[in-house]
Amino acid sequence: MINKKVASAEEAISDIKDGDTIMLGGFGLCGIPENCIAALVKKGVKNLTCISNNAGVDDFGIGLMLQNKQVKKMISSYVGENEEFERQLLSGELDVELIPQGTLAFRCMAAGYGMPAIFTPAGIGTEVAIGKEVRNFNGKDYLLEKAFEANFAIVKAWKGDTDGNLIFKATARNFNTVMAMAGKMTIAEVEELVEPGDLDPNQIHTPGIYVHRIFQGKQYEKRIEKKTTSV
Amino acid sequence: MLDKDGIARRIAQEIQNNYYVNLGIGIPTLVANHIPKHIQVCFQSENGLLGMGPFPKEADVDPDLINAGKQTITMIPGASVFDSAMSFGMIHSQKIDLTILGAMEVSEMGDIANWKIPGKMVKGMGGAMDLVASAKHIIVAMQHVNKAGESKLLPTCDLPLTGIRCVKKIVTELAVLSILPEGGFKLLERAPGVSVETIKKATLGKLIIEGEIPEMAFD
Repeated sequence: MINKKVASAEEAISDIKDGDTIMLGGFGLCGIPENCIAALVKKGVKNLTCISNNAGVDDFGIGLMLQNKQVKKMISSYVGENEEFERQLLSGELDVELIPQGTLAFRCMAAGYGMPAIFTPAGIGTEVAIGKEVRNFNGKDYLLEKAFEANFAIVKAWKGDTDGNLIFKATARNFNTVMAMAGKMTIAEVEELVEPGDLDPNQIHTPGIYVHRIFQGKQYEKRIEKKTTSV
Repeated sequence: MLDKDGIARRIAQEIQNNYYVNLGIGIPTLVANHIPKHIQVCFQSENGLLGMGPFPKEADVDPDLINAGKQTITMIPGASVFDSAMSFGMIHSQKIDLTILGAMEVSEMGDIANWKIPGKMVKGMGGAMDLVASAKHIIVAMQHVNKAGESKLLPTCDLPLTGIRCVKKIVTELAVLSILPEGGFKLLERAPGVSVETIKKATLGKLIIEGEIPEMAFD
């Protein structure tokens, strides 16, 4: 098999350069690649276009890259919970493309499946549809939305092996699987990295062919955005 | 007049046996607390979960298990998890029977606006545009008037739209209304103690009143 293991987050992201387009998995702060984000902040690459469902919070997740003014453009579906984001958006420092969450997922999926575009009814009749081709199928209108093109996809999994096979836990899967498939170069950080054969092939969510570099992350904080409990 | 929990309680009556339901953030989340015992229902959370359970006890909090509102939650026996593409696949292929969500404005044609206030609030649409574009049935939980006392049930929406001609039913603190295919808010029920006159004053869009309007009934 093909060994994808790299030593660290720094090595995994070493060739990400200014101006690159990168996808980052996660929903809110759940299932985000904490180690790679920290390494990107340390490296200080700038003018990045980030495709990610959310933009983190002020002091965690992609919010750290925003504080460091590394992001030129965000493509997301929901960017609440982040004051620095809102400030940069309103001041014009940051370019933001807000798109429906399903469209975000499908544009990743299309890239991963080798399809140039998809049709979706999400956004028909709204400002999301402006300038886009509309086609009618069986009496209903659909928007043509193109597959994403990203130099890098950075995802976070629960377990992985050195061949790049990945298993995700609970709702930390979210965009990680489709982004892993969509990246030209896919980097996976995992909580537990094992040898080939240690994972049950029946349980693999992302086959190793989609993953180019893998490493075991350190000190996951897994910050909770809205802890809500019952008595 | 109903409080937020009252709106949720009235909407819960709309849920039929064996429904798969997506609940939006805010009042819709409260609907889960009012499902009658004899009804089987499965809640979807669009970040990738079917079979969402109640909030966890402190000891069971898991940062890898949240709902679409980013709150920690639990899974009921029989739950399943999946990725975002599959989640929106089941939404767009209409496997979800009912979507319940909030709104800033609804028009008499069933258009909905709930994601943006130009110059003031830009948080994004999240999954709302997908849900309203494809749901088989949409119920909107909202306040009938805004803080300034202005109607949120309008001839046309002023705010940027989330979806067009999609809302079928609205439950507010004052009334239950359906939206007719040819346009117009048809008054179905009044909240306890609320007069038809009050509802008329609070509704700027075309209001259709036929015959005697019953008061909402709660068990």
